[in-house]
Amino acid sequence: MTLTAIPTKPWAKSSSDRVRDLVFAILSMAITYLIVAVTPMKGKLAYAILLFFSYAAITGGYSFVTRGAPAAKDAVVKSLVAIGAVFTILPIASIIFTVLKNGLPGIHLSLFTTDMSLATPTDPIATGGLLHAITGTLTMVILALIMSVPIGILTALYLTEINGKFSGPIRFLVQAMSGVPSIVAGLFILSAVLYPITKAYSGLMGSLALTILMIPTIARTSEEVLRLIPNDLREAGTALGGTQWRTVAMIVLPAARSGLMTAVILGIARIAGETAPILLLTGGGDKVNPNAFNGPMGSLPYYIWKSFNAGSPEALTRAWAGLLVLMLLVLVLFVLARALSTRKVSK
Amino acid sequence: MSSTTLAPSPREISTEPRRSDKVFRGVVTGGGLSSLVILGLIALFLAYRGYEVLRQEGIGFITKAEWAITTDDAGNVLESHFGLSAMLVGTILCSFVAVVIALPVSVFSALFLNFYAPEWMKRILVTIIDMMAAFPSILFGIWGFLVLMPSVEYWGKLINKYMGWIPLFEVKPYFFTRSPFIAGVVLAIMIIPIITSISREIFAQAPLDRIQAAFALGATRWAMIKAVVIPHGRSGVIGGAMLGLGRAMGETVAVYTVLNIVFQINWHVLLGAGGNVASLIILKFGEASPYEIKALMAAGLVLFLLTLIVNALANLIVKTTGKSGR
Repeated sequence: MTLTAIPTKPWAKSSSDRVRDLVFAILSMAITYLIVAVTPMKGKLAYAILLFFSYAAITGGYSFVTRGAPAAKDAVVKSLVAIGAVFTILPIASIIFTVLKNGLPGIHLSLFTTDMSLATPTDPIATGGLLHAITGTLTMVILALIMSVPIGILTALYLTEINGKFSGPIRFLVQAMSGVPSIVAGLFILSAVLYPITKAYSGLMGSLALTILMIPTIARTSEEVLRLIPNDLREAGTALGGTQWRTVAMIVLPAARSGLMTAVILGIARIAGETAPILLLTGGGDKVNPNAFNGPMGSLPYYIWKSFNAGSPEALTRAWAGLLVLMLLVLVLFVLARALSTRKVSK
Repeated sequence: MSSTTLAPSPREISTEPRRSDKVFRGVVTGGGLSSLVILGLIALFLAYRGYEVLRQEGIGFITKAEWAITTDDAGNVLESHFGLSAMLVGTILCSFVAVVIALPVSVFSALFLNFYAPEWMKRILVTIIDMMAAFPSILFGIWGFLVLMPSVEYWGKLINKYMGWIPLFEVKPYFFTRSPFIAGVVLAIMIIPIITSISREIFAQAPLDRIQAAFALGATRWAMIKAVVIPHGRSGVIGGAMLGLGRAMGETVAVYTVLNIVFQINWHVLLGAGGNVASLIILKFGEASPYEIKALMAAGLVLFLLTLIVNALANLIVKTTGKSGR
């Protein structure tokens, strides 16, 4: 008969600890319920606040009795930070829930095959659709990508590969640029391009403003990705006689490929729902317009905005359905970016 | 018969970059300077378009609260008064309310993520919070208007009932709908992910040896946080809060949907009359005459400079703490 030592984990919760935690939770709920029933305080807010206070008081009191004042403080802070996390998550849960609840009734098949040229937002939901908005958003995003991806990646390359004397200021300016309000970007394109040159709303104007908003996101994420590429690779390229250009183009960029994709996708997620410059610049037509250089162009944010402001219940359902589509788009992009970024250095 | 062997001339060794490299470096540097060019152009064009209005109004553009324009039938401007003060006060009020609400929540949740949450929960929560930062502002705006506003209005009434003796919370006339407080709460929800992720990164840089030393000396978790993490991360968190402030100041659509814009300076947070520079631009843009557009451009310039300054200060603070790590 052999004796095997069973390792103990003194920090792990024992079953009596678990029972105690459960009792505390139930106790605080009971106290909350009692106070709400007895005193004139009413409503969800009262429940939430009282639950928090009673739980903090019970755990704090217990710790004070068993382990003294510092432990009591620790217990109170523990419930405090937990409530902070709950307050952070609560809004997003509420947003996703309401958008799903209100948006799903407005989703139907013809939403993706028809546009709004023959319907107004106040018509029954079955008529008209989102086609013009989806194609418009896609066109503008693609145009913005064509302009912002080269600039963003070149900026990141300057910061990582050349790292010249302007690196500090440029990093600072890219940070500053990411804080430019979207409406200011819209006003800038309005004053610099739309009024003096084209004098008409078009999808191109919108995508120019989106480019400005997208460059900093792409530049900053790409910079982080390029920094993760091991220096050995660059040195190997140089040792084989490659010029810096060949090293960057043939070794560094391919190695960072999936990370750069992440940067681009995060950039798209940043601008897909951008509303303010779209309202100023695109004119928001109701018809599918494949030409971004001529004529007003619809987009998802504009469609949502227009339906939301039309006011009738049908229009509101349209707005929620549009929001649902937009939210799903952002969610898919985000999940895609996450999946790609888990393997930042590939091949 | 002569056999002369041609000795190969030695290759010249130089550190001079090849032409391809020169081109490459030129192109990359050009791309890198684009952010400078774009920011410069923004300031230049907005100043150029708004110059006429700025010159006419002078300092009154920032200190006066009136926004009115009268034109004759032909569209000529007869009289115009453009002043941004009510909007500026409103912008500052909304974004300060947002930061005051968001800062404690974000710091607590960052502490929770770093020092309390188990690893699996941390991973999920971080993903959700990052995702929230990428959500479009129109989503927050419409959700805030239809879902959040009734509750926040009720909270506003509660605050007024019990703390109305503080001048800031005074409400006269008794009107709570679409107040700066509601806009501030919506903005707070939008900037919580930003401040949380910055605080989380700063807290994660707290020196591990000191954390372990604190635990070894018998500190509780809170005592460790108070002694090590907070002194280390304090100024970084302030920088993060200022980044959130900058974001809140420039936010347009979300504020516009929940704020009642009134051209009168109002410091009372709960009263349903506020102002916001960005929302003003959206509000007036639709029916603005060419001259009023110029005034809006000038307003855009003011907003641009304001956010630029706040952001620059914030980045400076975050950067210096990231490096020093006392």
